[in-house]
Amino acid sequence: MERFASLLDALGRTSQRNAKLGLIGAYLAATPDPCRGWAMAALTGELRLAAVRPQLVRKLIEARMDPTLFRLSYDYVGDLAETVALLWPDSGPGAAAPSLSEAVARLQSLSRAEAPAVLAGMLGTLDVSGRFALVKLATGALRVGVSARLARVALAEAFGLDVGEVEEVWHGLSPPYLPLFRWAEGRGPRPDAAGQPVFRPFMLAHPLEDPGRIALADHLVEWKWDGIRVMAVVSGGERRLYSRDGNDISEAFPDLLPALAQDMVLDGELLVRAPGGGVGSFHQLQQRLNRRTVSQALLEAAPAFIRAYDLLFEGQTDLRALPLAERRHRLERMVAGLAPGRIDLSPRLEAADASRLDALRRAPPDPGIEGLMLKRLDSPYVAGRVTGLWWKWKKDPLTADCVLMYAQRGHGRRSSFYSDFTFGAWADGTLLPVGKAYFGFTDAELAWLDRWVRAHTIARFGPVREVEKRLVLEIAFDSVAPSGRHKSGLAMRFPRIARIRADKPAEEADTVAAIAALAQAGR
Amino acid sequence: MDAVPGWLEVTRAGLRLRQADVWLDPARPVPRAIITHGHADHARGGHGEVWATPETLAIMAARYGPQPGAHALVPGATADLGGVGVSLHPAGHVLGSAQVRLEGPDGTVVVVSGDYKRAPDPTCAPFEPVPCDIFVTEATFALPVFRHPDAREEVLRALAALRVQPERCLLVGAYALGKAQRVLALLAAVGWARPVFLHGALLRLTALYRELGISLPETRAVADVPREALAGEVVLAPPSALADRWSRRLPGGGQGPILAMASGWMRVRARARQRGVELPLVISDHADWDELTATIRELGPREVWVTHGREDALLHWCALERVPARALHLVGRDDEDD
Ligand SMILES: [Zn+2]
Repeated sequence: MERFASLLDALGRTSQRNAKLGLIGAYLAATPDPCRGWAMAALTGELRLAAVRPQLVRKLIEARMDPTLFRLSYDYVGDLAETVALLWPDSGPGAAAPSLSEAVARLQSLSRAEAPAVLAGMLGTLDVSGRFALVKLATGALRVGVSARLARVALAEAFGLDVGEVEEVWHGLSPPYLPLFRWAEGRGPRPDAAGQPVFRPFMLAHPLEDPGRIALADHLVEWKWDGIRVMAVVSGGERRLYSRDGNDISEAFPDLLPALAQDMVLDGELLVRAPGGGVGSFHQLQQRLNRRTVSQALLEAAPAFIRAYDLLFEGQTDLRALPLAERRHRLERMVAGLAPGRIDLSPRLEAADASRLDALRRAPPDPGIEGLMLKRLDSPYVAGRVTGLWWKWKKDPLTADCVLMYAQRGHGRRSSFYSDFTFGAWADGTLLPVGKAYFGFTDAELAWLDRWVRAHTIARFGPVREVEKRLVLEIAFDSVAPSGRHKSGLAMRFPRIARIRADKPAEEADTVAAIAALAQAGR
Repeated sequence: MDAVPGWLEVTRAGLRLRQADVWLDPARPVPRAIITHGHADHARGGHGEVWATPETLAIMAARYGPQPGAHALVPGATADLGGVGVSLHPAGHVLGSAQVRLEGPDGTVVVVSGDYKRAPDPTCAPFEPVPCDIFVTEATFALPVFRHPDAREEVLRALAALRVQPERCLLVGAYALGKAQRVLALLAAVGWARPVFLHGALLRLTALYRELGISLPETRAVADVPREALAGEVVLAPPSALADRWSRRLPGGGQGPILAMASGWMRVRARARQRGVELPLVISDHADWDELTATIRELGPREVWVTHGREDALLHWCALERVPARALHLVGRDDEDD
C-alpha cells in the first residue's frame, strides 16, 4: 500500500504527462504482482469494489472526533478522503499495514455490515498517504489526473512494448492482469485476444496542412462524418460497440447490435437517423449516449446506424496488415450483406485536384459532415496517429479540441451552476489554459457539465473548481491571435463550446502548437 | 467576556495601551509601537518609538533602515509604559521573536503570543510559557488537519529525493526571514555537508543571523557559481522565485529542479498543487493544532483572544473546553508566508 500511496501522492503533484508516465512506469517496474495489476485496475477505472459510501467514511471519522471540528476541516481541505486521512488518529506500531492487493481483497469481500469495522481497522494501520489512498480506493474515485489510456501508455513504455499491442491485449484481460505482466517481462506468451469481442485500437489521422502536396490518385477520399467513431466488434456472435477511449457503449444501442450479423471488427462512424432519413444532429446522438436503458420513444425518434469506414477483421481473419484498397474491397462486400438501414458504406469521393477537393470540403452536401478524410490506399491499419498515412481536413478549421481545466460559478440565472469554463491545450505534455467559454451549450448540456464538474473536482479555490483533466470540449472560435497575457501565448476571440466530447480521450486533445498554426493561417 | 481591562484598547486595527498610546504590531505607522517579531505583517517601517528585542530591532534596521526611536528590551527585562509593565519572552517563532507580557495597574496579566511555535528550532530561543489571565493567541494553523511532523524527517525526505536524481538540483522555497535559516540549520543537523546555495533575496538576512550569533552551515550565492555546477546541490529561494524564470534556469536533467516548498500549508494537497510544488515539505514556524491547544491547556488562562487565522475551530475548541474565548479579527495580518 505504501508504494501505491506514494504513487498517488506524486501523480497528484504533477500535471506533466511525461512525469506521470515516468512515475507510473517506475511503479510498475518496481512493484510485484499482483499489487501492480490492482494499481493498473485502479488507475484505469476497472477496479469495481462493493462501494464503500462516502457517508460511511464520514460517520467513521465523526465517531472519533468532534463533528464541528470535522466539518470545519472538511470545508477547508475540500476533499473527503484527504480530510479523513489527515484527521484519523495516528496509531503506534501495531498490526502491519495491508498491501494493495490485500486491501483490495478485503474491500471486495465486504458486506455492508462489516464495512465500518474493516475499513476502520485498515485505516488504523496506515499513515496519512496510505489512508488517503485507501479511502480513494474504497470510495471508488482516484482522481489523480490519469486516464486509462495514459496508464496503458505508461505500462507499454515501462516494458518497451508497443502501446497498440498493449491496448489490444488489455481488453481481453481482467485485473490483476497476470498474463499481461508475464508477457511484458518476457516470461510468457502474448495474451491472445482471438475469439473474444475485445476492443481494437483505432487508427487516427493527422490534420492536413498542405493539400497541394497530396498525390490524390494514391488516396481514398471520403467524408469525415460528425458522429462518434466506433469499433463494432463481433466474435462468436458476441456483439460490442467501443468508443474511441475503449469504453463499451453497446448497452445504449440495442437497436443497432442485431444488425452486426457476422463475426468482424469494423471501424465506422456511429450516427443517428433524422426523421427525414438523413443524418441526425450530434446533439440527438449525444442524447442516446450514457444511458443504461433507452426508451422506445428515443429508439424510434433517433435510430442509430453505422457508416462504415474500414474493416479490421473479417470473421476471425486479421486484415490489418493488408493495404486499405484491399480492406475497402472486403468492407464493401461485407456491408452489402448487412441490413442497409443500420450499416452502410461511407461513400468514396472523386476529386481531380486540390482545388476541387477544397470545393468539396467547403460545401459538403450534408450538415452532418465535418470535413474530408484522405487515406493512402496502400496504408495498413495501424493503431494510433501514424504520420503520412491518413489525413483529416476539416470544414471549419477554427475549432479545437481542448481539455476542461477549471470551472467557475456563473452569474444571475446561472449562479447556481458552474458555467464559466477554462480549457487548455497540450504543450510538452502539460495543459496550458488557452481560453474561457461561457456559452455555446444548451440548458441540458449546462446541467450535465455542472454535474460533471462537481463529480470531478480535485481542488477548490473560492468560486473556482479545478477539475480532473479528462473532459474534452470542442471549442469553436472566430479567430486566434498571439497574446502575451496567457501562458500559452494565444488568445481566442469569441470562444464557445461547440460540443462536449465525452467520448474522446484527453490525450488526443489539440496542442497549443496546432492552435497557434490556426492563428498563423489567420483566417 | 467583556473583561477587557480598562488600560487596554482592543479594535480590529490591533491592541493599544491607552495611557502611553503604544500599539502592538500595528499595521500602519504610529508614534509608539511594541513589535513581537520581524515578519513584515507584524513589523512595519515608519514608526516613531519602537520597543522590541535587540534581534528584532536589528532585523527591522536591515529591512527598513535605521530605527532612531528604538528601545531594545531584552527578554525578561521590564519597561514601564504608562503604568503598564511590559516585558518580552521568547516565542520560538523566528530569531528575536517574543511574546509580550503586559501587566496592568489592576494586576491583570495579558500575554500576547505574536506568532509562536513549540517545536525545536536551533535558530531561535524556545517558547517560554508565561502564566497569564488573558492569552492572546495566533490561529494560523488552527484546524485539526494541521499537524506538523518532525522537521528533520521532512528535510531527510527532500535529500533522499535529491540523492536518486543527482542530475537535478533541489530548490527549496523558504520565507526569507526565519524559515530559510531554519532549513539551513536543519540541513546541517541531518548531516548535509555540502555548501548550500542561496538566492540573492536570502543573503542579507542569513548574514544577519550569523552576525547575531546563530551558527549556520556554509552558504554561497547562486549568482556566484555556474548554473550547471548546481546539479545535485541544495538551493534555497524565496517562495515567489519558485514559479519564475529564475528557477527554470537551474539544472534539472530536462525536468527542471526538484521544486520543494517548506511551509505548514504543504500539509494540504491543494495548497501544494497551487504552488506547483513537486515535493511539499511540512516545515512551519507556527504552532500546529496540537501545540495551540496544548499551550492553552498548559497556561490555563481565564480567557483566550484569537488574533488571526482559522479562529472558528479554535473558538469552538475553547467552547468545548469551557474556556471563554473571542476573536479579534485583526486586519492586515497575512498568513500566506509560512
Ligand atoms: Zn511571523
